[in-house]
Amino acid sequence: MPLARRAAVADNMAAEESGMRQHHDMGGLPAGPVARQEHDYALWEKRVDALMVLLAERQLLRVDQLRRNIEALAPDAYDKMSYYERWIAAITLTLLQRGVLTSDELGRAMAEIEAREARQ
Amino acid sequence: MSAVEPRFAPGARVRVRRADPPGHIRTPWYIRGQTGEIERLCGAFPNPEELAYNRPGLPAQPLYRVRFRQRELWPDYAGPAADTIEVEIYQHWLEPAR
Repeated sequence: MPLARRAAVADNMAAEESGMRQHHDMGGLPAGPVARQEHDYALWEKRVDALMVLLAERQLLRVDQLRRNIEALAPDAYDKMSYYERWIAAITLTLLQRGVLTSDELGRAMAEIEAREARQ
Repeated sequence: MSAVEPRFAPGARVRVRRADPPGHIRTPWYIRGQTGEIERLCGAFPNPEELAYNRPGLPAQPLYRVRFRQRELWPDYAGPAADTIEVEIYQHWLEPAR
């Protein structure tokens, strides 16, 4: 990497450390090659996509609020999660913020499903 | 829908505000503080910084496509000097430049 570029990248990293640049806002940072092949989607990923469309139709979610909640993920979670994992995490936060779901309802439903799957 | 009057015409020189407010911001970090030229007015849209918090985002903000020189953005840009990049930026992030 040329010196001028290295200095620019160092500035950019410092901006995140000082809290000026948010983690997701990574335009211009080295990122490696782009994977150009088509991806197969798992059934759960298609369901997350469908859920997003239905919630938007019912005006329970806006893409701007979804993005804001994706951006609010902790940097390590943001980097580790896959695309649709970020979506479902952000959809969950949005529904909690809007009062569509409560943490208690969600927690109990998740525990119920885990117990059901464990029995199978 | 109420909208803010557009301040800039195509061809006008503009500078992107160098600011780092908290919240949901659509102006990428790498473009803040840079100077470019209005390529077109795209229309007026509810402000996404407000929509992100489930507020109406009105009056709508004019949105522009702004053209920048790649050479001015990236210190090691190796492509032709005439290469440009266009970024869509809301009016409240722009100020007049010479």
